[in-house]
Amino acid sequence: MTRLRNALGGEVLGLIGFLILVVILFGLTAPRFLTAANFGSIAFQLPELGLLTLAMLIPIISGGLNLAIVFTANIAGLTLAWVLNTHGGVDAGVEWFVVGSLGALIVGALAGMVMGLVIAYTGAHPILVSLAMMIFLRGLGEFLTKGGDISGFPDYLRPLGHGLILGIPVPLILFAVAAFVWHILLTRTRHGFAATMIGSNIRAAAYSGIHTKRTLTLIYTLSGLMCAVAGILMVARFNSVRVGHGEALLLVTVLACFLGGVDPFGGFGRVVPVVIALIVLQALSSGLNLLGANQHLSTAVWGLFLIGVMVLRWVAAQIPKRRKG
Amino acid sequence: MRSFLRNYPTEAKLLAVLVVICAALSSASPSFLTLVNFTDLLNNNAVNVIWAVGLVVVLIAGGIDISFAVAASVVQYLCVFVFGWIGGGNWAIGFVVAGALGISLGLINAFLIHQFRIISIVVTIATFNAFFGLLMFFSSGRFLYNLPGWWSDRLILWEYETSGGTWAEIRLPVVVMVVAMFATWALIRHTTTGRQLYAFGDNPEGARRAGINIALMQAIAFGWMGLMAGIGGLMQSHITREVVPNALYGRELEVLAAVVLGGARLGGGRGSVLGCFLGVALIAVTQNGLNLMGVSPYAFKMVVGLTILIAISMSNLDFSAMTAPKRRDL
Repeated sequence: MTRLRNALGGEVLGLIGFLILVVILFGLTAPRFLTAANFGSIAFQLPELGLLTLAMLIPIISGGLNLAIVFTANIAGLTLAWVLNTHGGVDAGVEWFVVGSLGALIVGALAGMVMGLVIAYTGAHPILVSLAMMIFLRGLGEFLTKGGDISGFPDYLRPLGHGLILGIPVPLILFAVAAFVWHILLTRTRHGFAATMIGSNIRAAAYSGIHTKRTLTLIYTLSGLMCAVAGILMVARFNSVRVGHGEALLLVTVLACFLGGVDPFGGFGRVVPVVIALIVLQALSSGLNLLGANQHLSTAVWGLFLIGVMVLRWVAAQIPKRRKG
Repeated sequence: MRSFLRNYPTEAKLLAVLVVICAALSSASPSFLTLVNFTDLLNNNAVNVIWAVGLVVVLIAGGIDISFAVAASVVQYLCVFVFGWIGGGNWAIGFVVAGALGISLGLINAFLIHQFRIISIVVTIATFNAFFGLLMFFSSGRFLYNLPGWWSDRLILWEYETSGGTWAEIRLPVVVMVVAMFATWALIRHTTTGRQLYAFGDNPEGARRAGINIALMQAIAFGWMGLMAGIGGLMQSHITREVVPNALYGRELEVLAAVVLGGARLGGGRGSVLGCFLGVALIAVTQNGLNLMGVSPYAFKMVVGLTILIAISMSNLDFSAMTAPKRRDL
């Protein structure tokens, strides 16, 4: 048991406990909760929020925040839509999808890189830099689309957003791969280690020979790249692009990170608990939905749930102190 | 003058940038440097300044508040019902009710932050979701138009007919803005509590050991923010003559950008009322200038974002904020 606890961390066990609790609670109260259809819909809804949360995760671990994620995803999706629409729209060949996706990834990475460069080389606070970038990207998107929708994409995009491979939704596979890559990046690579160290203490990291400026730039570039993946997925899922789509997810991604035990000051955070936190949030939302509540009540419950978890963590931190003293 | 430059470096740079932009705009557009345009700018941005001076107190105390704009919406909605129950009301009752409701919402944040030692960004993102979700759920997104007459009628406190036949006028929100600015300035600059807020924001542990009541500091900072959120919400409905539950969604980040642009430090211990005003003014003047020069409204935000990005890159070329991360265990 202790070995299991060490391997997974108390965070993961606690969150799994919550997940089981949520599933039992809704399983008893909402008759259609424990059905394949419901879990299928959770599996299709999760990846969009999940990819954006991954994009938020690395900046938070490095002690920052990326408030531009949703609009970076929108702009990346817009790039893909533009390439497809200028090359035949509904009849565009697969090669143009590849070109468009590459374009989207480059645009996303570029938006992230600009933020990273400003944060690393001017020392401005990440919240402010990404906020300015968010306002800029939203303005750019609204300027280009005049606030409207762009749609009319080839049919082969559908499976990417709605298809199944071996019974598993394609978006979920995409998310699982992305989460796995992020996990490896954070735990097994030099860059992931440098990002964690920067989050703990940037000055100590710099004195230990970590190229903090380059690392910071790379962190936000990777974040932008992940936003672009989310943007491409959103194009496939909704068959349209609108700037501002998914805007409400911005603060939910931060909420999911904190729920997943990521230290708000940076330095500590892992992919696995965050993924479980995402599943808990999605299960909560879907269960409430089945009980007849709307998305807004779910939003409120997510907020209250985060407060509840933070209070429980505080209580848990008090117990050993009492025993000692 | 020299002490101003030394004590308020960011504010001084911002003022210089603002003067340059204003000079450029007045030569580019004849209608920029007019009394009417000036009073319009004041009328339209008074609410943002009211929120900004509330937020700066929280930032000085080392916190951050994401929830104030939706809290203002909650206050607006509750106010409509409270005024309905008591059968009308007037401005005096309005300010007291809106202020009290705002303070209560702010104190919820302060309580969670202090009692459970959760940092403010986590708490306020949670309460942001909770306030907004509950408001949208219970209101079903309905607009309210049945505001009492005193609340929705225009109150023009000063007017002047210019030679062109247009009227320059100062409306109630501007006066409230001035009062809010003055009160905040008095609080943070001329009271012991204000000095304690700066000390607490700069070094919470040091402040605690120096005998400052930490709980009181959080309560004052978030209570003040709540007061300003409530009064700003009251003014916002006065201007638009309606209550729309999701109208203020997203405003918190705009105001935050303006306040930090004005020299308040995320992390505490620095910030001023003048900076808030200049930060809001820079964004407002940029937008106003683009409008007067006939730029497409769709491009406004793009340029505003770029302006903020350039402004912070220019004004942040010192590394004190980045190289001195503070772990705030309390």
